Amino acid sequence: MTDAIRADGLTKRYAATLAVDAISFTAPMGAIIGLLGGNGAGKTTTIAMLMGLLIPTAGTIHVLGHDMATDRFAALARMNFSSPYVALPARLSVAENLRVYGHLYGVRQIEKRIAELAAELDLNDLLDRPAGQLSAGQKTRVALAKSLINRPELLLLDEPTASLDPDTGDMVRTWLERYAAETGCTILLASHNMAEVERLCSHVLMMKQGKIVDRGSPADLLARYGRDDLEDVFLDIARNRREGTP
Amino acid sequence: MNSARRIWGLMYRHLALYRRSWPRLLELTYWPTLQMCIWGFTSAFIASRIGVGGQVAAGILLGGVLLWEVALRSQMGMAISFLEEIWSRNLGHVFVSPLRPWELVAALIAMSAIRMVIGVLPAILLAWGLYAFNLFDLGPVLILFAINLMAMGWWIALGVISLILRHGAGAEALAWSVLFGITPFAAVFYPVSILPAWLQPIALALPAAHVFEGMRAALDTGLIHWDHLAWAIGLNIAWTLAAALLFARQFRAARVSGALLSIGE
Repeated sequence: MTDAIRADGLTKRYAATLAVDAISFTAPMGAIIGLLGGNGAGKTTTIAMLMGLLIPTAGTIHVLGHDMATDRFAALARMNFSSPYVALPARLSVAENLRVYGHLYGVRQIEKRIAELAAELDLNDLLDRPAGQLSAGQKTRVALAKSLINRPELLLLDEPTASLDPDTGDMVRTWLERYAAETGCTILLASHNMAEVERLCSHVLMMKQGKIVDRGSPADLLARYGRDDLEDVFLDIARNRREGTP
Repeated sequence: MNSARRIWGLMYRHLALYRRSWPRLLELTYWPTLQMCIWGFTSAFIASRIGVGGQVAAGILLGGVLLWEVALRSQMGMAISFLEEIWSRNLGHVFVSPLRPWELVAALIAMSAIRMVIGVLPAILLAWGLYAFNLFDLGPVLILFAINLMAMGWWIALGVISLILRHGAGAEALAWSVLFGITPFAAVFYPVSILPAWLQPIALALPAAHVFEGMRAALDTGLIHWDHLAWAIGLNIAWTLAAALLFARQFRAARVSGALLSIGE
């Protein structure tokens, strides 16, 4: 079976700065992969290259079997992205925003799809409200709805539960688990919430200074570092207390 | 079909914005109407002082004002629609959707045409109601004049968008100012022959100069100078190709430099 993501020797250099240093990894279809690392580790740059927003200095990326250098639009139609750091037009209502992206992604029966997402993500009371007037948590749920509008086969999520209260965060995580299980969607999740990564991800990539410094299942990493939770593993790596096995 | 849907998707985003923002709608009509008030009364004053010759001059002046607004509104409409995406921090979502760059440009052009009609139509009606100047007296050739001026506005806007991609939102002031800088060479209110000889090649390289030479001839003598129109069309094609090349290069450069990740800064 084709991997959902296959990155080989992926490198990004900005003048003297090496943001991503020859990383290689694969994401099997249906897996939920965690991309972890401190600020400046290269996570955002890696995600931007996976989406074709950034051209790598070297290396290749295949997404859902499409070479992102030559065939990125075919891949983009089958994937989606959500980040609290990229906004939706504030004056448009939630429904209008979802309609815009429904058209951009060629979704059939847009209104039906919006109704499904509104029911599943508890957005019914928000559909007619301007996106700019929502709370941070509501915006995150709307951004998630936008990212699911085209029933993506690959979902790139940057901090999907940032600014959510524990109850809503748990609802979103449960929903993501169910969505991935039901649809076979592959999810690449960049997060600083270690409990979330431990719960959702079958495989974790640890990044530091542009490199993948360790990888494995959460259980493997906990065993390898002799720790009880991923946060301590993260700190071990960030503070150079242990060498990993990239 | 998919392209048409994606283009409509981006147009819908802007149409929904105007539906919810009356200051934006007001802004579309404000400046062309104000211009028509100022230049309309100025023309009326000139016509009252000079007589029949003054009436022709007044008509030429009003025709120039109205048609130049077509170019101005087209250029601003396209560039500002692009800037709306930057201001709303939405470009990241747009550029990772399946929307092709040419579809983005097509949607911006369509929005520019809608904005131009909404902006200029009240000024045309004002000229007709207040000053008895009917731009449509030019006849069907008016459509060709307008299309050429719109096309000029679009390739200039594409150049501005390319600079924004290259230099970020710091270049956004050009969206308002660039066409005003071209006005002296566009022969809007006077013939190219009035310009110093060394400036005339610059004017003649602009489609607008040929359109306005043609407009003056049509209003003055009723004759259509097809040579001017042919020059305008040829120049628009050449400049559009150059602007498209610049846009393609700058878009790729932005994907290399990472400018698309931080274009609002």
